[in-house]
Amino acid sequence: MNKFPLWLNALVLAILLAGCLFALPNIYGSVDAVQVADNDGVAYDEQRLAEFVRTVENAGVTPEAAYLQDGRAVLRFHSTEEQEAAGERLRTAYEREANIAATLAPKLPAWVRDLGLKPMSLGLDLRGGVYVLLEVDMDTAIDSRMVGYQQSFDDRLRDAKIRHRVDLNGQTISIRLTGPEDLEAARTVIRRTDQDVLISDGADGKTLIVRMSEAQIQARQDFAIEQNITTLRNRVNELGVAEPLVQRQGADRIVIQLPGVQDPNKIKGILSATATVEFRLVDQSGGEPGSRRYQGRGTEPAQMLKRSVIASGDQIIDASAGFSEGQPQVNITLDSAGGENMLRTTMENVGKPMSTVFIETRREAVPGQPGEFRKLVRQEIISTATIQGVFKDRFRITGLSQGEATDLALLLRAGALAAPVYIVDERTVGPTLGQDNIDRGFNAIKIGFLAVIIFMAVYYRAFGLIANVALLSNVVFIVAMLSILGASLTLPGIAGIVLTVGMAVDANVLIFERIREELAAGASPQTAINSGYEKALSSITDANVTTLIAAVVLFSIGTGPIKGFAITLLLGIITSMFTAIVGTRTIVNLIFGGRKLQSVPV
Amino acid sequence: MQIISKKTHIDFLSPVRRKAAVALSVVFVVVSLVSLATRGLDFGIDFTGGILLEVGYEQAADLEAIRGSLADAGFTDAQVQLFGRDTDVLVRLPPQPEDSAIQVRDQLQATLEAGGQKIDLRRMETVSAQIGSELAERGALAMVVALLLIFVYVMIRFQWKFSAGAVAALAHDAIVTVGFFSIFQLPFDLTVVAAVLAVIGYSLNDTVVAFDRIRENFFALRGVSAEDAMNTSINEMLARTLITGLTTLLVLVALLVLGGESIAPFSIALIVGIIVGTYSSIYTASATALMLNVSPQDLIEPIKHPEMIDDLP
Repeated sequence: MNKFPLWLNALVLAILLAGCLFALPNIYGSVDAVQVADNDGVAYDEQRLAEFVRTVENAGVTPEAAYLQDGRAVLRFHSTEEQEAAGERLRTAYEREANIAATLAPKLPAWVRDLGLKPMSLGLDLRGGVYVLLEVDMDTAIDSRMVGYQQSFDDRLRDAKIRHRVDLNGQTISIRLTGPEDLEAARTVIRRTDQDVLISDGADGKTLIVRMSEAQIQARQDFAIEQNITTLRNRVNELGVAEPLVQRQGADRIVIQLPGVQDPNKIKGILSATATVEFRLVDQSGGEPGSRRYQGRGTEPAQMLKRSVIASGDQIIDASAGFSEGQPQVNITLDSAGGENMLRTTMENVGKPMSTVFIETRREAVPGQPGEFRKLVRQEIISTATIQGVFKDRFRITGLSQGEATDLALLLRAGALAAPVYIVDERTVGPTLGQDNIDRGFNAIKIGFLAVIIFMAVYYRAFGLIANVALLSNVVFIVAMLSILGASLTLPGIAGIVLTVGMAVDANVLIFERIREELAAGASPQTAINSGYEKALSSITDANVTTLIAAVVLFSIGTGPIKGFAITLLLGIITSMFTAIVGTRTIVNLIFGGRKLQSVPV
Repeated sequence: MQIISKKTHIDFLSPVRRKAAVALSVVFVVVSLVSLATRGLDFGIDFTGGILLEVGYEQAADLEAIRGSLADAGFTDAQVQLFGRDTDVLVRLPPQPEDSAIQVRDQLQATLEAGGQKIDLRRMETVSAQIGSELAERGALAMVVALLLIFVYVMIRFQWKFSAGAVAALAHDAIVTVGFFSIFQLPFDLTVVAAVLAVIGYSLNDTVVAFDRIRENFFALRGVSAEDAMNTSINEMLARTLITGLTTLLVLVALLVLGGESIAPFSIALIVGIIVGTYSSIYTASATALMLNVSPQDLIEPIKHPEMIDDLP
């Protein structure tokens, strides 16, 4: 009685060894490193890696280790000074093509790395960094599309020689015609411009009302958020942060996590900035249809500018900040369409003035109404210059301070946001607090664990020791599962592990108490052990399933800290079922099974 | 070793004790609800939105000077308090326009550095009011969904009278735990919501284990009254209930003492919840089931295919 077949013992042992293997990468700690990642996501090969190592060695620094990880190059160093020197050197050499970030890399031996094993990642509350939740302003995304429609309907109707007046009210365009006879012709023109918009007749019989269809609005919103994610990713890459996370959350939100970043000021400005530029000709007559008056920034004079845009920020493919004659400037490169348009415009307008308009959307608090915000769009002329000669896709803009020029160049390079974003939640954890949280969390686990195993050993003697082995392997399994899943460990997550340690013994307590009862009722030792395990099973299952329900609800509905807690609780319940029932039974059977017992040390 | 003697025969469920227990629970729940209604909870910025800064100094902080300096800078509604140590300061502000957190930090830095101290920015959170109310809604939703699912599970495994008993016990635990936070005005944040849900899971665990034994004894002890069968079951499970409670409290005390200030509300919620939960799984759950006249027949009828149900995971 109480013997497991050999294969079952072997299976339990194999699972335990696998758990140890997957948990292994977590014991090595981490060292200062520099990570090089290609801007376009191209995976590096050994040859490129060797090139980076040579570059660093030329600066007199020898990496302690260098390897590829997920297509990125990681160079580990002995000291922070070496890391800084190497990062500086790599940045000078490869800044254009790659994101070079100082980071901490796990100090894994090569064979562990070769097996593809990774330690669990630490949440921002443990390693320090910035978490930002952005909300995408969908209304503006739709509004800007409507402005585009307005302009193209206007152009097409004029091409078709239909007399009309186009007005934009919020998200509807009304097109007033001279009489009902033009209705059908205008409808055809609009349909040809865009087949999917909704067209309805106005009350006066000579107006068409145009709206975007639900599907178009949906598509536009999806486009806006995806485009914003791409842009934000580019911006984040420009900042030199290792392992940044930019992710969509729900219908209109974007989560950004920047581990290791300590000053949120700079980051926040860059993330939510919608700064972009437009180039327009000055309307010297001042009376052309569609011309508008723009304010000048600072001492820059205000101007009437023509309606049509020569080129806008989204046509800029490269931008860099520089100096010319002591003045900060931004050197611009346009894409081919923008370049063609610029070429044509400058050819036709030599000697005439052209303005650069700086556009920025901000959100400001409404005075006297806490929690209420209003949107402000600032459009200012930063410079007006006479077109001296013909140019195409390369030119420069001036009229900015040095800081503005640097930021604008970064923003133009990374691409414009398709719609403004607002920060709705922002959390920064400094590195000292992160380290404190780690130290305190692990201390709590250690002491709590120690208290429980001492108690169990005293109270249940040999069986208590067996339960302790199960408890220890339970923690190993939780760590292994977290490492496999790539889930981040957070402070609430540590609390979840602590709680699991306390609760995981419950199954063993149930079993051991049952064995005691059976013994008290006069059962023989072997029978008592067997029926103890069997009869406790239904209680253990019920108890764990109900806790599991609570954990699953926490995981699926909870956010942030709640999720971190739920994941370790969830894993802990599952692994503890295995270790407390199968794990301890295996050991008990190996030690006590199949022989004559006078008593049971429980 | 034994904490309690081998066989206890405590009459937990005698009519007098049962009534006393019900009265005690009712008092707890009423006091909690009254406090929640009148004093409310000290909601953290997770729920209210706002700005929070935690800074560390080299030496003990002068809260009056900080308050004065922030008021001078126009932050008249700033709450300034020590956080765990006398060198750590926590500043809280209601929701503000976007750049205020940075202004507050600069102001703090200026004040402190004027006194010749270096400050270390440990934490900075800016939560909009909108996100705050969303998080609160989700927290409340999580509790309701968890209670509902648990009710259904216990109904499938046992019977609705047990379900009612279990959910009464859980609601009792949740209300008293949250009430404790209201009475003592302890900071109530997202982690506390997580802790209350964990308490629900834990207390249910206790209750279900007791029910399991009650079911077993309903069949084993034929001809015994429901009250006696339940009493016997609770006595038989007493050692287990106390030991599991004890080991869990051991680790939670370690977490409370060593885990640091930011995890303290979480630990307190669990400690209170587990004490209350242990009491309630002995009394509230069984007393409620008894009040509903639970009897062995209740368990025989609804289970049509016991062998299948026993195979459930």
